[in-house]
Amino acid sequence: MKAFLSVLFVLMGGLVAAQERVVATGDLGVVVERATGSVLIVDQSEMGTVARVEGFGDLSHASVVFSPDQQFAYVFGRDGGLTKLDLVTQSIANRIIQAGNSIGGAISDDGALIAVSNYEPGGVKIFDAETLDLVADLPTGSKTIGLVDAPGRKFVFSLWDAGETWIADLSGGEMLLQKFQNVGANPYDALITADGRRYIVGLFGEDGLTAFDLWDETPQPKKILADYGKGQQDLPVYKMPHLEGWALAGDRFVLPAVGHHQVLWVSSANLEELGRTDTHGQPIFAVARPDGRHVWVNYAHPKNDTVEVIDSLTGEVIQTLTPGPAVLHMEFTPRGHQVWLSVRDANRIDIYDTRTFEKLGEIPADTPSGIFFTARAHKTGL
Amino acid sequence: MARLALAFFMTCGLAAAALANTNTDRAPAELERLVLQDCGSCHGLTLKGGLGRPITPDVMQHFDREDLRDIILDGIPGTAMPPWRQVMTESEAMWIADYLQGRER
Repeated sequence: MKAFLSVLFVLMGGLVAAQERVVATGDLGVVVERATGSVLIVDQSEMGTVARVEGFGDLSHASVVFSPDQQFAYVFGRDGGLTKLDLVTQSIANRIIQAGNSIGGAISDDGALIAVSNYEPGGVKIFDAETLDLVADLPTGSKTIGLVDAPGRKFVFSLWDAGETWIADLSGGEMLLQKFQNVGANPYDALITADGRRYIVGLFGEDGLTAFDLWDETPQPKKILADYGKGQQDLPVYKMPHLEGWALAGDRFVLPAVGHHQVLWVSSANLEELGRTDTHGQPIFAVARPDGRHVWVNYAHPKNDTVEVIDSLTGEVIQTLTPGPAVLHMEFTPRGHQVWLSVRDANRIDIYDTRTFEKLGEIPADTPSGIFFTARAHKTGL
Repeated sequence: MARLALAFFMTCGLAAAALANTNTDRAPAELERLVLQDCGSCHGLTLKGGLGRPITPDVMQHFDREDLRDIILDGIPGTAMPPWRQVMTESEAMWIADYLQGRER
């Protein structure tokens, strides 16, 4: 972003110089500093920090969505805080505490509604994006996970304790709620594909995953990859994988296995398994570069200093990087030329060229975790 | 606070792994960081809970010190609590149990 300074000289009983600064937000991003309750507003083009903003509460697990005009970032904190950050003024526009302990959120396709999923007291709350006033409260009696936005002012989420998936449709005057039971044991996260068609739920408590076809008039849970993990000793899971961050690579999805040091390849046409790639550790994020040609994977403790890059055509690991201690998150620039990595225990963001794997730069950050670029505003499921 | 019933599945393999685990103990500051950052993945950076239960001192003091150490080492089967034995020593687990119960050493 270039800030254009147009200096207006206004003569008012002397001489006053007023400066008007135009702030374009299309190449900005937000980096969560998990230990200090602050965020950095970063600039992709400048590869640097624009501002640090404080006062977000407990960000030990936090995620961010953006308004359609890319002016506002909504930050979901661990402590139930929902904070509306103005990227133009680089200040907090509004903040509420909406629950005791929350896990993430989503913004509706029209940008009008913000939904938050909660661990304590459980359930989902839906707010007006403008005012943060409560619009709907959905108690579930269970920890809610895998909350995503679906086309048509819908939100989809799953219940860790109850093994259910719910679809909330807010397109009409009355909210319509569909509930699906027996989705599987302990769903821990879910993703929705960028076309809004597939909602895929990862299961901690049993092998396989569950998929819904949301293009179907009457979607039903369907077990997929039912055989993965069978007959193998599960390895300890020191951190739950994440499924958000759509991972469509060409004609296939890539998914982190849970309890196995593998990623799984699934056909996007029929959801059949296409193969597996053995990996360095328990995958946390398996994220396709925006063009789908490569997949970048990071790992759980104690192997979290390493990132592997996998060729989505061959399923082979083609590059291994060791950026530093505790690589928590990876975010691609919208057209995939760079990837930004948060290296938590080195207190910095590293920027890599995704084709040469050359390190291009570093940005200091205090225990950084999630990195979110404003381009997410225009993608379903992010 | 309901007391936790513990199931122990001490296999020969686990016992052997324990004997083989002779790495030097990490410094307290490093262990504290591990608790806050890595246990914090599930239990929250403030230890007030997340997908995992709250593990703040007021909750943890109801546990027996050795039971807590064993939960850390062997996990709780049937839940998301993993066994940490592969990546820490018994004395490190004891340090963490004391830390969680609010006893600085």
